[in-house]
Amino acid sequence: MNTISMTVNGKTVSAEAEGRTLLSGFLREGLGLTGTHVGCDTSQCGACVVHVDGKPVKSCSVLAMDVAGSEIRTIEGMANSDGSLNAIQQAFQDHHGLQCGFCTPGMVMAAAALLAENPRPTEAEIRDYLEGNICRCTGYQNIVKAVMAASGQDVSEMSAIAAQ
Amino acid sequence: MYAFDFVKPATLSDAVAAMEQEGAQALAGGQTLLPTMKQRLNAPDILISLNGIAELRGVRREEDALVIGAATTHTEVARDAAADYPGLAALAGQIGDPSVRNRGTLGGSVANNDPSACYPAAVLGSGATIATSKREIAADDFFQGMFATALDDDELITAIRFPIPHKAAYAKFHQPASRFALTGAFVANFGDGVRVAITGASEEGVFRWTEAEAALSDNFDAAALDGLTLPAKGMIGDLHGTPEYRAHLVAVMTRRAVAAAR
Ligand SMILES: Cc1cc2nc3c(=O)[nH]c(=O)nc-3n(C[C@H](O)[C@H](O)[C@H](O)COP(=O)(O)OP(=O)(O)OC[C@H]3O[C@@H](n4cnc5c(N)ncnc54)[C@H](O)[C@@H]3O)c2cc1C
Ligand code: FES
Ligand code: FES
Repeated sequence: MNTISMTVNGKTVSAEAEGRTLLSGFLREGLGLTGTHVGCDTSQCGACVVHVDGKPVKSCSVLAMDVAGSEIRTIEGMANSDGSLNAIQQAFQDHHGLQCGFCTPGMVMAAAALLAENPRPTEAEIRDYLEGNICRCTGYQNIVKAVMAASGQDVSEMSAIAAQ
Repeated sequence: MYAFDFVKPATLSDAVAAMEQEGAQALAGGQTLLPTMKQRLNAPDILISLNGIAELRGVRREEDALVIGAATTHTEVARDAAADYPGLAALAGQIGDPSVRNRGTLGGSVANNDPSACYPAAVLGSGATIATSKREIAADDFFQGMFATALDDDELITAIRFPIPHKAAYAKFHQPASRFALTGAFVANFGDGVRVAITGASEEGVFRWTEAEAALSDNFDAAALDGLTLPAKGMIGDLHGTPEYRAHLVAVMTRRAVAAAR
């Protein structure tokens, strides 16, 4: 066992990790931050996406010790400082971008990374960027709509059910 | 996952020394290795992370070639190779999804030599040279069949040198579930000859389609491929496509790559 430190949602944290400890396990079991979900555990589904030094990664496929010293942001660090939902989270609620919610933390983290790189993405760019995030409930349409809305674009012409 | 040791050397020489230990294996992006370890398809005792070694990272121009460090991520290649070698940068930008591209590396992809991976097509199609901790290996000698390469167990890829063609493109038919190539073609026109490398088709892994190379060297136009076909024998057959389908796709994707080359 080694004690490793990293910055998680702006706070420096230290906890024990073994060589085999995944970043997802370090966050969930080590720090109790269970907002990061583990769906497939094989880097396919994107439920576990967090930001490492500003970039989205699948935390189930990164070793905690390999990112010691990095800045990590998880879904727990996304709300506004007064505790209200941020623009992306609020748009997911307003546009029914979630049903069971299992994929949602990864979707929000991926969407936040997209909007940081590309503040006004097209619908095609959103679909392309979210390719690694799988949702078994929504059919994606309302997720894409929520990301469009969160980027300040007019979604009134986007039907809730039409496939593009 | 089972227990193993983890070390993260800061220099290449420390990594090379660490690789000599019994049971040691390199860890780059981990996008392939960690899932295979979870499934016990692979069980190293010690992982040597290459992610803290500055000299293994980065894209630099050297005369008519682009030299890319083995631990450079797909995201970095997509951005930093775009001006000098747009065909290669575009290939890197189509691998997997953004999260995979932020961790996955050139060296990891090429060392793994997945029969459906994208980079092996660019390395073979460019006639690149693989620099390792021990020697330099020509792409034509490096890839030795599905998941097999010329690398020794303790050998590290340090960089890959890509000669820059006049025009090149990669055409990928996405396998939508895995996001790998169902079949992909990389075409590079060097002026004095054309190279065509095919991935996701043969049971032997990436290969050069020499008949297409000859036809395109005479006339670099998709029409030069009219009538050229590959036999279905030896092509991969799985639930995503039959050998006949893949043989057909090779010709289609090669044409698309020629048309897209710039
Ligand atoms: C969802 C998903 C989608 C993907 N889609 C694609 C795709 O479309 N196209 C594609 O080409 N790939 C795809 N990949 C694979 C991805 O590109 C991997 O990143 C890559 O195959 C392995 O690179 P890595 O850096 O993660 O290596 P790792 O997983 O860390 O290592 C892979 C192997 O290479 C060895 N290795 C690593 N670096 C070196 C080195 N410098 N020298 C010697 N050996 C080394 C390791 O020991 C291991 O055996 C996908 C992966 C996932 C999870
Ligand atoms: S849990 Fe990490 S990608 Fe599915
Ligand atoms: S809302 Fe249920 S998986 Fe996406």
